[in-house]
Order: sequence, then C-alpha cells, then structure tokens
Amino acid sequence: MSAPAQTRIIFKHIDEPGYSNDIECYLRNGGYEVLKKAVTQKPEDLREEVKKSGLRGRGGAGFPCGFKWSLVDRKSGKPIYLIVNADESEPGTFKDRYIMHQDPHQLIEGTMISCFANDVKQAYIYIRGEMPEGARILEKAIAEAKAKNLVGQNILGTGYSCEIFVHRGAGAYICGEETGLIESLEGKRANPRIKPPYFPAVLGLYQCPTIVNNVETLCHVKHIIDIGGEAYTKIGTTNNTGTRIFCVSGHVQRPGYYEFQAGTITMGQLLNEVCGGPLPGRTFKAVIPGGSSAKILRFGERFKGKSRAGVEYDWGVEDVPMDFDSLAMIGTMGGSGGVIVMDDSVNMVEALANINAFYQHESCGQCTPCREGSLWMKKISSRMVHGDARPEDGQLLKSVADQIPGRTICAFGEACSWPTQSFIGKFKDEFDGYSEAKKALPADRRVLV
Amino acid sequence: MNLKPETFQRIDEVITHYPVKRSATLPLLHLIQEDAGFISDEAITWIAEKLELQPINVLEVVTFYPMFRRKPIGRRHIKVCRTLSCALVGGYKTCDTFKAEFGVGLGEVSACGEATVEFVECLASCGTAPVVMIDEVLHEKVDCEKAKQLAAQIRSEAAARK
Amino acid sequence: MIQPAKPDLITVNIDGKEIAVPKGTNVIEASRQAQIDVPHYCYHPKLEIVGNCRMCLIEMGMPAVDPATKAPVMDEATGKQKINWVPRPVIGCGTNVAPGMHIKTTSPMVKDAREGVMEFLLINHPLDCPICDQAGECKLQEQATGYGRGYSRFIEQKNVKPKRTVLGPRVTLDDERCVLCSRCIRFSRDVAGKDVLGFVDRGSYSTLTCHPDHKLDHNYSLNTVDICPVGALTSTDFRFKMRVWFLKQTKSLCTESSVGTNTVVWSREGTIYRITPRRNDEVNDTWMTDSGRVLYKAVAADNRLKSDTALDALVESAAKLLKAGSIAIVSSGRATVEEQFALKKLAAAVGASVSLVSRTGEGDKLLLSADLNPNVRGALVTGLITQLPSAQLTDLAADIDAGKVKTVLTLGEDLTAAGLSAAQLSKVNVIILGTHADATTAAAKVVIPTLTAFEKSGTFVNQQFRIQKFAAAVPGPKGASDDLAVLAKLTAAVGSQTPGATVGTIWNTLAAEVPALATISYANLPETGLLLDATAWQGLTFVEGETLHFKPAVTV
Repeated sequence: MSAPAQTRIIFKHIDEPGYSNDIECYLRNGGYEVLKKAVTQKPEDLREEVKKSGLRGRGGAGFPCGFKWSLVDRKSGKPIYLIVNADESEPGTFKDRYIMHQDPHQLIEGTMISCFANDVKQAYIYIRGEMPEGARILEKAIAEAKAKNLVGQNILGTGYSCEIFVHRGAGAYICGEETGLIESLEGKRANPRIKPPYFPAVLGLYQCPTIVNNVETLCHVKHIIDIGGEAYTKIGTTNNTGTRIFCVSGHVQRPGYYEFQAGTITMGQLLNEVCGGPLPGRTFKAVIPGGSSAKILRFGERFKGKSRAGVEYDWGVEDVPMDFDSLAMIGTMGGSGGVIVMDDSVNMVEALANINAFYQHESCGQCTPCREGSLWMKKISSRMVHGDARPEDGQLLKSVADQIPGRTICAFGEACSWPTQSFIGKFKDEFDGYSEAKKALPADRRVLV
Repeated sequence: MNLKPETFQRIDEVITHYPVKRSATLPLLHLIQEDAGFISDEAITWIAEKLELQPINVLEVVTFYPMFRRKPIGRRHIKVCRTLSCALVGGYKTCDTFKAEFGVGLGEVSACGEATVEFVECLASCGTAPVVMIDEVLHEKVDCEKAKQLAAQIRSEAAARK
Repeated sequence: MIQPAKPDLITVNIDGKEIAVPKGTNVIEASRQAQIDVPHYCYHPKLEIVGNCRMCLIEMGMPAVDPATKAPVMDEATGKQKINWVPRPVIGCGTNVAPGMHIKTTSPMVKDAREGVMEFLLINHPLDCPICDQAGECKLQEQATGYGRGYSRFIEQKNVKPKRTVLGPRVTLDDERCVLCSRCIRFSRDVAGKDVLGFVDRGSYSTLTCHPDHKLDHNYSLNTVDICPVGALTSTDFRFKMRVWFLKQTKSLCTESSVGTNTVVWSREGTIYRITPRRNDEVNDTWMTDSGRVLYKAVAADNRLKSDTALDALVESAAKLLKAGSIAIVSSGRATVEEQFALKKLAAAVGASVSLVSRTGEGDKLLLSADLNPNVRGALVTGLITQLPSAQLTDLAADIDAGKVKTVLTLGEDLTAAGLSAAQLSKVNVIILGTHADATTAAAKVVIPTLTAFEKSGTFVNQQFRIQKFAAAVPGPKGASDDLAVLAKLTAAVGSQTPGATVGTIWNTLAAEVPALATISYANLPETGLLLDATAWQGLTFVEGETLHFKPAVTV
C-alpha cells in the first residue's frame, strides 16, 4: 500500500511561495474569519466543539484538549490564564518553530479563540530562549493584530478584552513541562510542582486557574471552530482525530516535516516513501518515534497482541500506524511527533550516551531519582564510550534507569529513563559486547558523544 | 547600572506585562544581557532591587538557565547543536571545525576576541541538521565545509569593521 | 486549664491497621500516629511541602466504587470493599488522608523505591562520616541502615562541590553532603522571613548558597542546622566539639524572653555543649533563636559566683539582717514560679515590700518577645506582685532616701542596673541571692551564690499564661546553692514555716494556696505545658506584641 497524500491543515501555508508572516497576507488567506465567528458564539459552546472534536494535545502527552479545558476551575473568582507552550525542545521535534516563524497569525488566532472560549483575559506565549527571531515575529504579529483590534481591548467591538505577551525562556528543556513552565514564567527556577495540589487548572500561574496548551494544539482549535467539532472528527481516525505533523530527522533521504491525517500512515510509509528511505548503501537500524524520550524501536522486531478494541495485530516496525494508541500499544509513544531515524552505521551505546548527556543537562535537579539517576546514566554511558567499558555496564545502566520512572515529581523521570531502558532492552548484545566491539568500530565513525 | 536609555525603557515596559513583578526576572535578564553582553554581579543586585526581590532569587535564576552568562564572550556567539539528530549527521565535527577555525576551546573567547563557540542542546531544527546559531541567526545543514565558510565570513566581517 | 477543640477524624488503613486521624493529616503524620515510620528528608511538619526527596514514597489505594451507581465494589475473595491501588508509588508528605484510604508502607514496591532513592542519595555523597559532625543524628546514616545496599555500584567520579563555606557567622556549609532537600531555604524564607538561601546551578550540580552580600546572619540561622537532615549545615560553635551520642539531653526552657521556647540542653559530665529547640506546637513549633542558644555560656562564665563559706553561715548573717526589720525585697522575673512563691512567703514572714524589675526590649514578632523576663506572669500567678513591674526601682529608691528601708534582699537583680545609685546602696544592707558578680554583689553585705536555670528545676509562666517546666541539666558549681533551698533556710531562720525546700515539695503548698494552680503538680505537668486561666490579669497592659503563637489581648 502506498503512502497517503499529506493533508496540510496546520502547515497549509508553510513554505508556500509568496506567503509571508505579516497580517495582510494572513487576512488575504481568510485569516481571523474564525475568530470573528467565534466571538459571536457562547464560550461554553466553543468549548463543547473542542471536546467533541476529540483533539489531543500535540505537546507530547496526547492529553485530550477539551477535557483539559473542562478541568479549569471557573468558580474561583480568580482570573484564568492561558499559556501557549512554545518551548519546543524535545529533541527531534521542530514543528512549532515553523508555525511561529512562517504563520504566526494562525497561532494568535487559535490562541484568541481559546482565550475567548475560556474567559481568559491574559495570555502568555512562552517561547524557547533559543528562538529570538520567533519571539520577534510573534511580537510583531501581536502588534499587527492589536492594530486591527483582533487582540487587546474590546476586540472587534465585542466588549471582550484579552492581551497576549511573549515571554522568552532561556535554555531549559524542563520548561516544556507545564508546571515547570509556570514556575519559570513566575520568574523562578523551572522546578515542576507537585500534583496534588498544584494542578494548573486550579492552582497554576500566580495560584490561579491556568491552561497550558502547545502551539500546534491551539492552531488545531482554530480549525475545529472553523469546521465544527463533529466535522473535525472525520479527519484522521477514531480517538486520533485531526492531522499529525511528523518531524523526521536523522538517517533518511528527505528529513523534514510532514502533515498527515492521524492514524492513516505507517512508519514504513513515512520513512520509505515520504522520506525516501535510508541513505545510499545503508539500512534502517532503529527509530525513535516520538521525540528522544520515546522508547526506541528496533527494525526487525515484531509486535504481536490485541488492541483494546479486540483487534489482533502482528506488526514489524514498518507496519505500525503512527498514531498515539498504536504506538502506545507497542510500548512506545507518539509523543511530540519527532521521528529520529538511525541506520546501521550507528552504534547504540554511543547513541544512548548522546541522549543521556542531554537529559542529564536538562534535569532541573529538584527530585532525587531524576537528578542523580540522569547524571549517573550519563557518567556510565560516557565512560563506556571514552574510557573502560565493562560487560556488566549495560545491566547496571538498565538497573539505574529502572529506579527512576514513576517516582519523580514530573514526567522527566520517564523521559530520562525510557531511552536507557529501551536501548538496553532492545540492543542488549550491543551493550554487553561493547568493550570488545568498540575495538573493531571504524575509527573515523561519527562521534556521537 | 550602565545601560542604554532604550534598554531602561524596555525594562520598565516589560514589567507592566505581569501582575507580579518577579515574572519579569527572565525578560530583564535577557534585556540586560543583550545590552551589556553578560550578567554582572551588579546586574543581579540591580534586578533584585528593581523587582523587589532578594539577590539570591535572581542569582538562583541566572545560574539555572544556561543562556545567561556571567562573563563576557566573543563578539560573535557560535552555538552548535550537540543533540542526537545533529550528532547523527556530524554535529560534533561541525563543532570541532569552529573550534579549530578560531583556535578556542568551548566557552572560551578566541584570541582575536571575535568568537566564542558553545556546544548547546537541541535547537529544535532537527530536520536540517546539523544546525548552528550564530548570534540570533540559525544556519542549517552546517557540515564542515559550511562551517569553514561561516568562520571565514565572520573573519571577513571583522576585518571590514577595522 | 483550656481544652483545645476536637478535630474531625478520618479512618484510614495503614499496613492493615485502622487508625482515626484528623482531617488534613498527611500520610507521614498519620503513619507516625500508628507508630509506623515513613522515612523522609525534605518533609518537615512546620515547612511547606515540596516533595522533592522522594524518600517517603508509599503505596496508596482507595475503596472502589462503581462509577455509575457510586455503590461500593466488593471483593468476593475477602468479602470487603475492593481497593483500587494506584499503580505507582505516591509521596506520603504530599498525600493527605481521605476516608477509607489504604496505605502500604512496607510493600515490595515501597521498599524498592526507598532503596533506589537511598542509593541515588549516596552516589555523590562523600561518605565522610568519621569527620562529619552530623554522625549519630544523620538521616542518611539512619536510613542507609534500613534501605542501603551495603556496597556501592558507583565507580564514576563523584561531583565536586564547595566545602567549609561560611554561610554566616554561625553556620558552616559542606555542599558535597547536601541532599538538596531545601528545608533550610524554606525555613529561612517562610519562617524566619529572610530569603537569603538558594540553589545555584542545575541538576546534580545544584549547590546551596547565599548571595555574597546577604549572608545567613539572622537570629534564627541555627535552625537551619537543626533541620538539615544531613551534615551539610553545621553549627560553627558546636563543630567538632563532641560526638552527639555522648551527650545527655535535658528538657529545658529558653529564658531569653517571655515566649518560653522549649529547648533541649545537651551536656556531658556537667558541661553543656549546645542547646536546641524542642517541639511545642503551641509555643515555638520546632524553632528557637540563635541568641537563646548561647545563654548556657553563662554557666561557666568567669564572673560566676561561688562561696567558700558554708551556706548555713551565710543564711545566718542574712537572717540577722532580715530580723532587724525595714526590709524591701526585689524579686525577679527570671526566678521560677516556685522561687517566687517561696519569696512571697519570706516577704510575708519579714513584712517586706516586694518589687520586681522589668526588662524589655524589641520583640522580633517570632520567638523573641518584648518582655525579656521569662516569668513575670509567674510572679502575678503566685501573687508575689499584683501590678506589672517597671524597669526602675524609683519607689524603692525614695524609700531608701527616706530611711524607710534598711535592708534590701534581691533575687539576683542588679540593683544598680535597676536605678539605685551607689550612694543609695551604701545606705542599706544588701542581701543578694545571685549567680554572677556585678556592682550589686560588690556592694552587698551578704552574697549567697545560687544556680542558673540550667542547674535547677522549676516552672515558668510564659506570655500566654502557659505554665511550663524545665529540669536541671547539669549540677551547679561547688559553692553555689539551689535558690529554693536557700529561701527555705532563710524563711526557717526568721522563724516562719517554709513552703518546701524542693520543687517537688513546694508544689503541695502551691496547688493548695494558688487558685490558678489548683489541680497541677510539677510531676503531672505535661511537657508542652498547661494554659492557665488568665482572666484575673485581663486588665493589665503587657508589653508583648504579637509573636509566633501569641496575639496580645486587644485593649479597648
């Protein structure tokens, strides 16, 4: 079966010749019409449409957006804040960057609709510090929208007011975690908060109810309100509605971003047909399907079982549909859509050492298992590559990783341990035999750590 | 605090974005770093006073976020992405090339004062790896050849300035 | 006595035991009430909960109900309501009890989690117990016994961090030992109100420090040492002086002000080494001032009074003066309830007027009140005085000048400091029962050396009218006598009946004669004290402002 064609909704205008990020271009292309329509509706009706759409968060966890909104404490008497999570930093993920750089008004329109739907008077866009240009583009776009009375006081003469400010991070992956982000926005170290009691929907920014949504998620909201929740569910598949943007990087012929109806494309179609297959003379060895924290898949392994709906499956990596549920079924996750491909030139010990260095660098250090575990894993894997590797190091690494997930304040515990657990689970021989094998590895191979 | 008048203006403006002054800590640090090049001890005390905080509150934040520097760097800031997708297609070599071109170790200022090379974590442009940010501009698919070209460009821009 | 209100109780099941605990109790405290220890580092009952150490992970479950009908789901095997266990461990500190909650603190999952955290905490720890001051009271040592591996799997280089950092005048920090629990940061910020501590850098390299311009120099800095679960923060004064397991602990009270902070005095072979706070949720929580911790130094001060003359001879000379009449007694707000009562008896026997010297300062709104006497209210309760004292003995001075007073007996007060001139002192015979040499002892006819609060037992009534007891930590020096014994001898010598020469015996009379103390005895006085009915003194305007657990009565 050949790959389906892309369905570009969010990325409709990305890389389109002649399309620019100024408001005039956006308006020429029907921009802000959905906002104009939305502000004539009741906020609770808009929320209902989003709930009906089945939209799942595109930040990584796939949490249903309508449900997230339904948790917001609307009786507290405190202001409700909305924060756009534009701290795109899961390695392998690079979709929000293009939305913000090339189509910022799409995000602003989606944000304003979401703010209106949730009675939000103040929104912040928390953008990665490493995207200064993105921050400038967004600030300019907000100013343009304000000038057209689409953002700010009494928008479109409706009496509804909402300001948006851009807030820049400064190099901390943990700010992608929503409570870490909130702490950072409050001007503190980005230490994630304990839940309970600090559920953002109740005690978020400044201890007020707060919604934190990913950039792409808010763009989807615009399209849901445009076509209606019911119609949106017709895009994609049941429980995986809408489109999904895949960011493919690593060892493929055509790395890049591709938008498909969710659940309609398999890993094999994506990598072989859409991305042109492996580099010349190479074969695929492994793939991380949802950002570097997702558990790795080894080409050649098979996944057999029964889905929750009772359907039996027997898949190779290539056969796996790229949706949240199928990837969860085979023990990994769709995450943020960042697909990292490794071919047979890669030594898995060295690739893991690279990943471990990342997570060690990004651990906030607040809670013990992640703080100490991530550094220990980094030290072991770096020593294996640069110093003496012992046959027992793989098992030690795995055992350290096993002591982390499920025991930390935030999901970083999982993010930093899943790579080690899965790499060693699936490439055990490579770890056990690394001390010998590394003598035979080509000296001019790519350095990964 | 010795800053440009417009920096002071922007500082006062950005504080109004937040109902709680402390939230302006990161924005102020960015603005001061953009103006002064780095975050001095004086800046930490100044921000604390400006935002009615204790100096330790600001020091904690400055040291948590790697983008804030406590020391001056070279005129051009070269940040090479270290993380997996870039490493898989040669990010380490790209970094080594920049280090060699300017004769520096990571984080150091080159003898000419022109460049500081840093190896940073994921810049979120994995599809065009290896990527490098020079000051605020992202450069894509920077292999060794392109790294050498970029280094040459930096040098010629420096020469033109003199 | 005033009884606290009964809280709402919730029944929970901990390791199979049903226990009723107040609503709002967390799992650590609920378990404590069931005599089950849930190990922890970052949790402290008096600090904000942050849940960062992850040592208190437990298994938690709730009774299952049918989502639709809300009817209980029964477990057929046991006949009891089914329990839905959370598949991953949760933190005990951050989990408040709920009706029917089930908790496991000893399951394999819990044990595994604790062992994991212990191993992680030790990999970068220097393991320098032989040269660590915390040895013997270190939570890492303690819990490594229960949850340690017994050997290390860590063969990498340990992190290197600053050592022997001077955080302030009284606190020394070893960052390599720090487990980053943040107790000290939260205490300093939230309790002491001085936000001076913080972490710099990130991840495992996070380092506790203060800003160079704002040291940890507030008057509560040593509480950070008390609550540090490991050997990171140590007392510069106590460092390397003594191994804690050699020290005897005596329950005492801080005499610094009328707050009545509960303390523990740590001593060995008659020498005091340190004072730490003792928990009393109604008075000082778990805190005390730094300034209160050094008061013990008075015990071995150079100007400490001792006498080679036998006590009986001293008493005889004093009695001779007392019998001659025209006596004024200057009592003290530092004296114990028992001493004040005994002094009242002596005053009655010799027909003396009684005054008290007030001693005030600026309160800090926390654990240092404006009244620097620990027991002015004791003097009111015992009826020794009926009005609040003043700082200057102006009436007494006038009486001396008028020749109405021939002998002044004082319980340790320096009369010159209280406004009597050298000339006035020279006009009278001074008898002083005191501990340290000063201008008054130099001018006195009879000096009877007595004991400091560390060397005797007794009770004080604090600003809340809470009567609290303390016990002798160390014996008094040779040549000094117990104040009560001295007062008893003096009373007997002037021909009156003594109310008792020891704390134990005097309480029979105290309870019988003082209405506010009617049902109390020294022996049955609870460790956290008893609140007395203070309505009799409502009309007085006390000097204290608000402190941690005290609000002054509103004066109309």
